[in-house]
Amino acid sequence: MKPIIAALITFNIISMACATEIVEPTAPPKSPNPTQNKAPRFSPPAEETLPDNAFGRLVQQGHAIFVDTKANASEFVGNGLNCTNCHLEQGRKADSAPLWGAYTMYPAYRKKNDKVNTYAERLQGCFQFSMNGKPPPADSQVIAALTAYSYWLATGAPTGQQLPGRSYPEIPEPAGGFDLAKGKAIYAKQCSVCHGAEGEGQRAGSDYVFPPLWGKDSFNWGAGMHRINTAAGFIKSNMPLGKGGTLSSDEAWHVAAYMNSHERPKDPRMIAGSVEQTRLKFHENDGVNLYGQKVNGVILGQGTE
Amino acid sequence: MKISRWALVCILSGAFTEPAFAVDPQQIFSQGGPNPGVIACSTCHGADGLGMPAAGFPRLAGLPADYLTKQISDFRSGTRGNPIMQPIAQALSEDDSKALAVMLAKMPSPAVKPVTRAHAAKGPGEILALRGAWDRNIPECVACHGPSGIGVGATFPPLSGQSAQYLKSQLNTWRQQTRKNDQDDLMGHIARSLTDTEVEAVSQYFADLSK
Ligand code: HEC
Ligand code: HEC
Ligand code: HEC
Ligand code: HEC
Repeated sequence: MKPIIAALITFNIISMACATEIVEPTAPPKSPNPTQNKAPRFSPPAEETLPDNAFGRLVQQGHAIFVDTKANASEFVGNGLNCTNCHLEQGRKADSAPLWGAYTMYPAYRKKNDKVNTYAERLQGCFQFSMNGKPPPADSQVIAALTAYSYWLATGAPTGQQLPGRSYPEIPEPAGGFDLAKGKAIYAKQCSVCHGAEGEGQRAGSDYVFPPLWGKDSFNWGAGMHRINTAAGFIKSNMPLGKGGTLSSDEAWHVAAYMNSHERPKDPRMIAGSVEQTRLKFHENDGVNLYGQKVNGVILGQGTE
Repeated sequence: MKISRWALVCILSGAFTEPAFAVDPQQIFSQGGPNPGVIACSTCHGADGLGMPAAGFPRLAGLPADYLTKQISDFRSGTRGNPIMQPIAQALSEDDSKALAVMLAKMPSPAVKPVTRAHAAKGPGEILALRGAWDRNIPECVACHGPSGIGVGATFPPLSGQSAQYLKSQLNTWRQQTRKNDQDDLMGHIARSLTDTEVEAVSQYFADLSK
């Protein structure tokens, strides 16, 4: 080996050694996050406490479906998403509709279908709308496994009591209403690096790592995330990934509105192919949304394809 | 330490001028030049471009071309500081670095064990990689670097296929703020929230995926 290179190698090893010395072995600093660490939160059980028996294996299967939905429940998935894309930390994160906050609250009445829903029906809803797929039968292995995973995460949670951190937080609408142009600018600056310039997401190999926010592989027009108010709450506390709580409420609303001003798969409940009839029946009283509205000269809601 | 660092910078930089025309990237890779400040990449990054683990020299083979050109220009501008690579990057012309990046991206990368978040996570390295540490706003490493850390697009480089020494040195450059070339501090805040033990463990974890 040439002496200069040998010297460089030695130098690099020494400088790497120095690098580790400089870093102080202190406790990690807490990143500021205004939306977290307020009230004491429920803590779901640690993974290593999962028993190694038939129950533990069913929970593990539920976890695998939740984080890798396409691979483990493919026949019920019609887009490029996984459950964990919207329920962060694999269903554990407060303010990201955690499963421990949900499990103990069912059966419950839902305005969406005007009846009392079991937990299985709630799970089926996410497959039909958020996953743009087909609801797995209530007695299927997929529902059994997801229910077991939720039940286990809710170990010790009181039944029928709304826990802090359930669902997504509600955040106030901007005083002057949302602004699509401002949303577009925020999107280009803070979101497109991961979700792509056209909201198309990014893959590694054949699978999405960064989920598509609109277009044919995203959630459909019947999903809860299509409501700007719901999306704004999710985005404010969870996006950009790892930097939740850094956008202002107004910014979260603008960018949520921009995301939801694009076409996506049609509402599976569509009535006689009519956006207007579907809007009147399902969207008029469903929070703040742009379904059936004209944006850039086009009526939204026709669906992709 | 200070003196030797400066001595090296001097040896490596000098007052080089940009070459008038581009040279075959394969030749720069294995023989260096045309500018004398451009040492053959293969001396440190290996003839196969897979790096030299013990010395902490990274693999370049199979990294996305746009990621490679961005790193070279970040070394040049100083947003990524390194006394060895900065002078080399400064001596490389824009065209040569692009041509090299395209060539390197096509070189074969090591095989990697497939793992996703569906796997059970045991031990601090695997827990960070597949579960994150969300109480400190640290997402799963694979949420940005892809399953098995194989990398995503031109912005999120592969972690697997790199040595533990290199991965650890990079996490430490962010902690010391000599590397600050990531958009919106997306990686920096994570590295700064890790403990020394976690840096060791997670670096070893990703390095072991290509063994
Ligand atoms: C596109 C985003 C998205 C995806 C993907 C998604 N969900 Fe949801 N999920 C939501 C939204 C929005 C809500 C409604 C939250 C609210 O009540 O404000 C919700 C609610 C839920 C609830 C009820 C929460 C509660 O507190 O009542 C459960 C359980 C649930 N989802 C499970 C799943 C499962 C299982 C999957 C995968 C099959 C999934 N979700 C995929 C967005 C999503
Ligand atoms: C560093 C990369 C990154 C950035 C920047 C980022 N996201 Fe995300 N986003 C993700 C990842 C990864 C997920 C899925 C989380 C998971 O699977 O753990 C996600 C999930 C989402 C989802 C739910 C899934 C879906 O497809 O609907 C929405 C909505 C979203 N992001 C919106 C945004 C918005 C708006 C911004 C900008 C303010 C943003 N993201 C910035 C990485 C990012
Ligand atoms: C004398 C040894 C040496 C030579 C010769 C050398 N490099 Fe490097 N290179 C390094 C070191 C050391 C690093 C790691 C720098 C750091 O710690 O930030 C590196 C890092 C890099 C990176 C960043 C990789 C990543 O994963 O981020 C690129 C790109 C690179 N070198 C390209 C080149 C090219 C192209 C050449 C040939 C023109 C070359 N290097 C020649 C030592 C060398
Ligand atoms: C929110 C997204 C995100 C997450 C999560 C993330 N990273 Fe990164 N990481 C990045 C970005 C962006 C870069 C590249 C910055 C650049 O050079 O442009 C990067 C680069 C790196 C590099 C340098 C690689 C090289 O070739 O030089 C290492 C090492 C690394 N990350 C380790 C980790 C580890 C370990 C974790 C989990 C503890 C992690 N990252 C989680 C975004 C992320």
